[in-house]
Amino acid sequence: MEALLALTIGVLVATAVYLMLARNILRFIFGLVLFSNAANLTIFVSGRVTVGAPPLIPVGADAPVGDVANALPQALVLTAIVIGFGLFAFALVLMFRAYSSLGTLYSDEMRVAEPREGGKT
Amino acid sequence: MARNIETSENRDNGLIGLIPVALSAALFAWLITQANTIAEGGAIRYVWDWVPSLGISMSFMLDGLSLTFALLISGIGAMVFLYSRTYLAGQEHFNRFMFFLTSFMLAMLGLILADNLITLFVFWELTTITSYLLIGFAHATEKGRRSALQALFVTGAGALALLAGFILLGTTMGSFELSEILANGDALRNHELYVPILILILAGAFTKSAQFPFHFWLPNAMAAPTPVSAFLHSATMVKAGIYLMARLHPAMSGTDIWFWTLTVAGAFTAVFASVLALRQIDLKQSLAYTTLMALGTLTLFLGQDSAYAMTAFATFLIVHSLYKASLFLVVGCVDYSAGTRNADILGGLGRIMPVSALAAALAALSMAGFPPFLGFIGKELQYAGILAIGSQPFVFTVALLLSNALMFAVAGIVALRPFWGRREVELPRSPKEVPWTMLLGPVVLACLGVFFGIHPDPLQFALVDPLVASLLGSIDEAKELKLWAGVNMPLILSIVTVTLGAALYIGHRGLRAWLGRVVAAAPNFDRGWDRFLAGLKGFAAWQTRIIQPGILRVYIGVTFATALVAIGGTIIARNAWPGLPDFQDVTWPIIAISLLISVGAIMAALTSSRVAAMAALGVVGIGVAMVFIVFSAPDVAITQLLVETLVVVLVAVALLRLPLLDQGGRDHRPADAVLALGVGGVFTLVLLAVLETPIDLRLTEYFEVTSWPEAFGRNIVNVILVDFRALDTFGEIAVVVIAALSAYALLRTTSERKDP
Repeated sequence: MEALLALTIGVLVATAVYLMLARNILRFIFGLVLFSNAANLTIFVSGRVTVGAPPLIPVGADAPVGDVANALPQALVLTAIVIGFGLFAFALVLMFRAYSSLGTLYSDEMRVAEPREGGKT
Repeated sequence: MARNIETSENRDNGLIGLIPVALSAALFAWLITQANTIAEGGAIRYVWDWVPSLGISMSFMLDGLSLTFALLISGIGAMVFLYSRTYLAGQEHFNRFMFFLTSFMLAMLGLILADNLITLFVFWELTTITSYLLIGFAHATEKGRRSALQALFVTGAGALALLAGFILLGTTMGSFELSEILANGDALRNHELYVPILILILAGAFTKSAQFPFHFWLPNAMAAPTPVSAFLHSATMVKAGIYLMARLHPAMSGTDIWFWTLTVAGAFTAVFASVLALRQIDLKQSLAYTTLMALGTLTLFLGQDSAYAMTAFATFLIVHSLYKASLFLVVGCVDYSAGTRNADILGGLGRIMPVSALAAALAALSMAGFPPFLGFIGKELQYAGILAIGSQPFVFTVALLLSNALMFAVAGIVALRPFWGRREVELPRSPKEVPWTMLLGPVVLACLGVFFGIHPDPLQFALVDPLVASLLGSIDEAKELKLWAGVNMPLILSIVTVTLGAALYIGHRGLRAWLGRVVAAAPNFDRGWDRFLAGLKGFAAWQTRIIQPGILRVYIGVTFATALVAIGGTIIARNAWPGLPDFQDVTWPIIAISLLISVGAIMAALTSSRVAAMAALGVVGIGVAMVFIVFSAPDVAITQLLVETLVVVLVAVALLRLPLLDQGGRDHRPADAVLALGVGGVFTLVLLAVLETPIDLRLTEYFEVTSWPEAFGRNIVNVILVDFRALDTFGEIAVVVIAALSAYALLRTTSERKDP
């Protein structure tokens, strides 16, 4: 199971990198979304996967009964999803704002911080 | 240097300038009291723990070698401090100068007394830094700054190599204590790392002691005030490299590479420098080049291991420090009094400055190697040592003969002409004899040269014998210092030297013009240094333009490519491929979900339609949520679905205001695809390798058994989030709040909108 998921994650990473290398920053942001999905899945899969046994403690027991899924990566992924979303939302707004100010979506043309030759040293 | 005696009212600088004089005199006196113990073959050691976990201790050792250096440093130091007090009278930054010079002296003493490699290195670098500050004392001038930086760079780069060599040496030998390393010389010489260690350490020693081709910084260092030149750049600091080679001589010498490297570098530096010395018009520059010559000769003798060579090394080390410090100080007196150091202008000062002239004459006669001066004994021993050389004695003897003859001529230029030559031009100042505080040093040092020449026994007993013992391990090895050793080969060579030297002195003006033409045609290392620096800057600018061109995708590409090469290269180099993945337990829903995610991702990457891309992202998000559902993570799946919905909504809102994606495929580049596939592949490989390693479930098990009894929650994931790792969750909330506030701020700020 994990092996197949590892392959899928590879596809996600490859497409994410491809998108992030584009000049259009809208594509970059699409890449960011895919990358954070890949990262979340990586954490999840690294903790090994279990089918049909959520990490719950039945009423009357002090600990889970039988083999249950690894709870720790799930907790980590929950946090990661939310933080990934925060990053995405901020990047999206930043892109939007950059477009409003600079009038372009192409990162090659955004040279306020690092002007072309002849900039001040 | 802004020395101005006419306007200085306070000629004395107060008593504070006497503190270093007293300090170094006291150190000298203490060292003298130890001389007897050392001469009887003893060594004094002090050890304090410094960083015991790394085997670094503050350990100091006083033996024949370090005692000689320590006496030279503290003794000449006392004279130089007294001299500086008058020489720099009224100088604005006098206290700063004295502080630097005193710091230097203490650092230098630490260097030669250290018995631990790391301690030695720390003091080594302290001398580099104080030397930098002293060369750059006239920091208002371009020349001062350039010379100081050049010295710092050259010796600092050498010191880095030295540190690497020391660490290699310490780990190879299992100890950083010099005394332990020296006791195991055979083990070191036969070690496979001997050659790298030797190269690294010699890089440090050669740069510090200005051996060819690192010689060019030393003449430039003469930008420092003259007392500094006398003290650091002739008598003490530049001998640190010599000291280090001598210190390691018992452990590292005797191999072919040691012999040839030191002998050839030393001989070449000696001849090369003495030829250039003749060429100089500035007296200080002449002396600087003769210092190079002396350093070369000392290196040459350290390449050998015969008793004659070691005795010659010990004697020449002492005699050179005495006459060279004295001559430098005299040149300072001349400069102070006459306002110039130009050999072509100066002349006829002998009657006006009789004491300076006397000191100069005594020192120069020692330098030229006339009997009964110590310089004569030193030269006889040099010839005896060079004749005992293992191979090619003829070549090296000629080299030594030539450089000694040139030294003879330079001694005449520096000490004879300014005082007894004819004065043809008006001097910038009307000269008069300098105060006694400036005369004491040169006179005492020059007189010592005569005294030890006539009575070499105390020197032999107190310094030369113990020094040679430090090098060769036995107190009886040193050859006898004597003025008259009968008519033998060294004496004949001495006579040849004097004859040749006299001829060179008489014809030196013509020679100088001729040399000027030769040197102008030869490669100039100083200008080469400028080109090197310019090239370095150019290279930095070039690679910055390549790696950091200010274009986002280049930065991203470089980052990913670096990760790809580092991780992929490691996998290939270590042959750390994961085993073939096992797909036997795969069920069809998982295959379907994986396909869904993959197709969605590829579509998002390739489509030129914004709506299609948005939909594809949605498909990926839902696919990932399904993975969570299938593999028992309902809470995660719910969150994923919520977030995914929000992502699509936000993107949709943004797209209303943004332009379409490119339709012409401008964003599709094959090189990007290759890099992307590479990174994705490596990612999968690493993940597969991780999955092959056993998983540590201790933390999970801890949460499973404590979740209910301690936190009263049956959903373990929730308990982890809100109880065990509550602070993390709080941090997460803070991140989201900050992102939201920043986004709000970005949207609120007005901008001069440029509509496309």
